[in-house]
Amino acid sequence: MNFNDFLTMRHELMLTLLALVVLIIDLNLHNRHKHYIIPITLGLFFVNLLVGFIPEGSNTLFGGMYRTNPLLIMMKNILNIGVFIILLQSVTWLKKEENREKISEYFILLFSTLIGMNFMISSGDFLMFYLGLELATIPVAALAAYTHHQTKSAEAGIKLILSSALSSGILLFGISMIYGSTGSIYFDTITKVYANTPLQLLAFIFFFSGMSFKISLVPFHLWTADVYEGAPINVTSYLSVISKGAAAFILIIVMFTVFSSLAAVYKNILYLIAVLTMTVGNLFAMRQKNMKRFLAFSSIAQAGFILLGILGGNVMGMTSVIYFVLVYIFSNLGAFGVVSAISTVTGKESMDDYDGLYRTNPKLSLLMMLSLFSLAGIPPVAGFFGKFFLFASAASGGYYWLVFIAVLNATISLYYYLLVVKAMFINKNETPLAFFKSDLATRAGLLIAGLGIFFLGFWAKVYEIISSLSYGIMQ
Amino acid sequence: MIQNIPLSYYLVISTLMFFIGIYGFLTRRNLITMLMSVELILNSVNINFVAFNRYLYPQQLQGHFFTLIVVAVAAAESAVAIAIIINIYRNFKSVDVENVDEMKY
Repeated sequence: MNFNDFLTMRHELMLTLLALVVLIIDLNLHNRHKHYIIPITLGLFFVNLLVGFIPEGSNTLFGGMYRTNPLLIMMKNILNIGVFIILLQSVTWLKKEENREKISEYFILLFSTLIGMNFMISSGDFLMFYLGLELATIPVAALAAYTHHQTKSAEAGIKLILSSALSSGILLFGISMIYGSTGSIYFDTITKVYANTPLQLLAFIFFFSGMSFKISLVPFHLWTADVYEGAPINVTSYLSVISKGAAAFILIIVMFTVFSSLAAVYKNILYLIAVLTMTVGNLFAMRQKNMKRFLAFSSIAQAGFILLGILGGNVMGMTSVIYFVLVYIFSNLGAFGVVSAISTVTGKESMDDYDGLYRTNPKLSLLMMLSLFSLAGIPPVAGFFGKFFLFASAASGGYYWLVFIAVLNATISLYYYLLVVKAMFINKNETPLAFFKSDLATRAGLLIAGLGIFFLGFWAKVYEIISSLSYGIMQ
Repeated sequence: MIQNIPLSYYLVISTLMFFIGIYGFLTRRNLITMLMSVELILNSVNINFVAFNRYLYPQQLQGHFFTLIVVAVAAAESAVAIAIIINIYRNFKSVDVENVDEMKY
């Protein structure tokens, strides 16, 4: 392995370097000047984002433990874009007095989890996969407990770390059975010998249960709402968008490669879980009054839609999942960005506080409406195309009833998304939230999310690029 | 010696440990005990890996390596979890899950 080979890991290497640089800068700054870290980190991360887009071929490192190809790089770039928007949106919150000493912690923990996700996506064997998964979840628990003087934040942290530790235990038990029955932990070897024996089926079920915790599929979703509500709002948006997106990426890779010989069996499981996840997520979302809880249940329902693409089981399925995650990042970050901007300035998080918001803060209301329409899948915006491709791939696999249930669920979801829109535009309120002006970074973050929602739908090139890259992987 | 003990003995032990861990996690009301249950689950996985490696694939060492990594990660995980539990104790003056219920539906 020479130096050039080593550089193919540039996504992970640059992030590691970035985390170290932030740590060193933080050590050398006086307490009064800690906020200088924010623009420096944002700038460096933007460079990292741009460098990530330099095209690159396929490669395998460390004897097959780490592999990379254009599609995986595309996934990492999508995550990078999402993290950049989140960093922009969290500037106002980080500048608050109570967070001054902990600014660098936020960045370092965030970058550590992103490194973990990148390694997880690139993993070529279960050891690397497990290491990446743990690196992606443990720091997030610390992030969820970030505001340690608040009881809710600590509660969210403990709920997240305990449920993720349990789920990793279940997942590992599955991996140990896979190792026992195949004698290898490498994806390539396992794919060749994996069969339909009872032990291997059981191993798959354990593995899938563990993964379901991570993307919060019903019936493994119970931690989601509590953690999302208790964690600081920017950490919540990270959890719901980046963590979930990365888990969806790795799930689709593993399903399509390692467990491809089990397709006939796992499709039945996925069918049932997809129906349950969409329905339960939607029904619980209807009765939420807290915006963070509301978005938590809406994100559970969205995870159910992702399973439709995996069920499709062809190149179109893979493409549609990646495209859907890309669209979902922009739409959910638009919604979370607005909630975050309002919560940081006023501290209000309840849906009732949004009554009459349009009269005082028209721009925020419009962006919120756009993102919610995109999440619901209303035609002109990107969310419609994301859902459309998912449904199309499931239909191409012959799952017409599932598509019918999914369309029904999309209609139900429209009801509760419109509740928020109604609160902002129609509900009368004597004392709506006062007008406020967000700072530059927040506005930039919201603007990028809004533009993404609006233009991704019309710019078919994105879908074509993802599709052509997926062909290379799926043959 | 070890040759006289069949592989299935180890697997029975590890499976028992796994489900005792799950049971403990679901029934115990003390956060520290819940963490100990998770450790039990992870250790059952370790027994699995080492036993499989020793009996079925003695020419490679993948299972042993996996065990070492799992031990290291489990240590990191409990470090973070205990830090958060201390935080909980400062806020609630208790490490009982019954008290950590500010958010429920």
